Amino acid sequence: MADAGMLRFHVPEPEVRPGGTPDFSNVTIAAAGSVPRPDIDVDPRTIRDMAFSIIRVLNRDGKAVGPWAGLLSNEELLEGLRHMMTLRTFDARMQMAQRQGKTSFYMQHLGEEAVSCAFRKALAPGDMNFPTYRQAGLLIADGYPMVTMMNQIYSNEADPLKGRQLPIMYSSKEHGFFSISGNLATQYIQAVGWAMASAISNDSKIAAAWIGDGSTAESDFHSALVFASTYKAPVVLNVVNNQWAISTFQGIARGGSGTFAARGLGFGIPSLRVDGNDYLAVHAVAKWAAERARKNLGPTLVEYVTYRAGAHSSSDDPSAYRPKTESDAWPLGDPIVRLKNHLIGLGVWSDERHAQAEAEILDTVIAAQKEAESHGTLHAGGKPSTRDMFEGLYAEMPPHLRRQRQQAGV
Amino acid sequence: MPRRTMIEAIRDAMDVSMERDERVVVFGEDVGFFGGVFRCTQGLQAKYGKSRCFDAPINESGIVGSAIGMAAYGLKPCVEIQFADYMYPAYDQLTQEAARLRYRSNGDFTCPIVVRMPTGGGIFGGQTHSQSPEALFTHVSGLKTVVPSNPHDAKGLLIAAIEDPDPVIFLEPKRLYNGPFDGHHDRPVTPWSKHELGEVADGHYTVPLGKAVIRRAGSALTVLAYGTMVYVAQAAAEETGIDAEIIDLRTLLPLDLDAIVASVKKTGRCVIVHEATLTSGFGAELSALVQETCFYHLEAPVARVAGWDTPYPHAQEWDYFPGPARVGRALIETMEA
Ligand SMILES: Cc1ncc(C[n+]2csc(CCOP(=O)(O)OP(=O)(O)O)c2C)c(N)n1
Ligand SMILES: [Mg+2]
Repeated sequence: MADAGMLRFHVPEPEVRPGGTPDFSNVTIAAAGSVPRPDIDVDPRTIRDMAFSIIRVLNRDGKAVGPWAGLLSNEELLEGLRHMMTLRTFDARMQMAQRQGKTSFYMQHLGEEAVSCAFRKALAPGDMNFPTYRQAGLLIADGYPMVTMMNQIYSNEADPLKGRQLPIMYSSKEHGFFSISGNLATQYIQAVGWAMASAISNDSKIAAAWIGDGSTAESDFHSALVFASTYKAPVVLNVVNNQWAISTFQGIARGGSGTFAARGLGFGIPSLRVDGNDYLAVHAVAKWAAERARKNLGPTLVEYVTYRAGAHSSSDDPSAYRPKTESDAWPLGDPIVRLKNHLIGLGVWSDERHAQAEAEILDTVIAAQKEAESHGTLHAGGKPSTRDMFEGLYAEMPPHLRRQRQQAGV
Repeated sequence: MPRRTMIEAIRDAMDVSMERDERVVVFGEDVGFFGGVFRCTQGLQAKYGKSRCFDAPINESGIVGSAIGMAAYGLKPCVEIQFADYMYPAYDQLTQEAARLRYRSNGDFTCPIVVRMPTGGGIFGGQTHSQSPEALFTHVSGLKTVVPSNPHDAKGLLIAAIEDPDPVIFLEPKRLYNGPFDGHHDRPVTPWSKHELGEVADGHYTVPLGKAVIRRAGSALTVLAYGTMVYVAQAAAEETGIDAEIIDLRTLLPLDLDAIVASVKKTGRCVIVHEATLTSGFGAELSALVQETCFYHLEAPVARVAGWDTPYPHAQEWDYFPGPARVGRALIETMEA
């Protein structure tokens, strides 16, 4: 060949771009129930193939099948459905509030509700999540008041974070929800540190680290894997692969490794992939990983395979970089529809009850919104004081800040 | 002459540079197919191909580190960090590596890279979409730091930066992308299409690094500003009626000290304005230089107006931003001192 010696630069490219027909035929999806459930003290070397499969519980007919099924009661499943529906309604209302100018910015979970809602139920009180901006289900499923979330989103006078943080960057130690940073991946290694501290202190609490597919490219992700692996830290290392990082498809972060879960293999960390749109599967795998952590068996890496059905944020328009119908073509379906159908199949739910629940949830969310708005929105009504801007940076305010606060006249 | 927004001018600068020199490559997060979250690289991949304009993994250290390697090979990378607030993972590569490559290899290897990043607040971006880290770059020996304030300069300075033989940090005040901003957030913004500095010539031209420009001539007092603060200072001068001479520094390092000294010696008073936090900000350097070079001409203490020494808050954005009222007060106090 004439050009046998010529190097070529390789840049991965998604299967389709706007104008094309969505095609996920290259996404291999294991049948529900087909992936075995090993004991939690399994030798990681024997389950390396799990990093390349997908653990699923709900099959196409909405039945829960296989070794990962059967952990949740009907009541717990109904509660899970309600959490996901609440999160979706909450998102829709807040997204609209952003459009109406009541706040500056919003990010929704559309299509990914199962991941954070189901995961929360696998943790115990006192455990700590180090979430990204797309895990508000951790709060909703833990009973954190929606009004408080909205107060934060509106940066109003009742905002527990005093207007200092961008909307949705919540914080609640009480609910095991570490303060969200806007800088990607930084908190992944912090979660490992928190878990190391729990082990150092002979405590029983575990940590959960969260990151998106795109952000696994950051060096902090790799730092976290090294530390977790070295110290066998009691931490669940979650990767939410929703296929997109703003406009960048997951192949840019993943490169040639096949899956994100496979990143853990080189560190000797048991690494699982799970159907992120399957509430039962997410919960079962989270439970398995949490138990491993709690029993001193060390970290587990879990990749949730899902799809970001909405825009990245209120500042984004995905039609510029992916086909509009791509989300309909996503082969793992919608998490709410799937759990709903499962519950209908179990005979404990119906279309009518679902519609009724939707209406009730909407009422509850609207009521919360009214209450939050009575404390103000970003540009109207009650707001945090200018004084608040200077407070809370140090335990004790140093003289130079005192001086500046005086200059500001507050 | 065609009018362009700052985004279009920056894009045009890269386009012209890529056209003229095939060693110029452009990459960063969302920079390829989509053309960047602020659309500064829109169309470049379609025009020049994926080998010259491409998406990077979300790893700022990797973006700058690989750019340094490419520069060592002989390419001229112009990379984007999505927000200046996300440059910190790359700080090691910038300060320990890019800045010193020429020096430590005695010119055996050099590092002609440009690292572009949107900077500054005013868009309700909160703590992690609003920062102005220029002083963290000017403090590092071996880096050049540029902050344009309008489309015409942005294009000429960016081409000059790309052609420069050394690493250049190119800070783009995002609040200026679509129009000049005088700090009156409650008033409509004039788009660049209606502003004379939105006139951007086609083709190749440069605005040299290290040359300041007088934006408003005056005799009462000198204001040193850059980026968004140029317009805030102008508004403050108009509103207070003080005959201020406003110098747009454009390049912080190398600094046009001659222009500063000439003006301050003439006016005898100096107010320095920046959006970044006060303590150890670039204003401290400017203040020291003015004191060292103009002490016997000064009739009042050199004043600084800057962001408060707190993280950039979300809700209190306009209490934080050093707007025309605060700058105006400093002008009056400096005149009365
Ligand atoms: C250090 C850093 N770099 C870049 C950004 C800008 N940014 C915000 S979200 C995002 C995409 C993240 O994608 P992914 O990790 O897949 O999470 P997803 O949004 O899909 O949940 C980028 C690049 C940032 N916030 N922090
Ligand atoms: Mg993603």
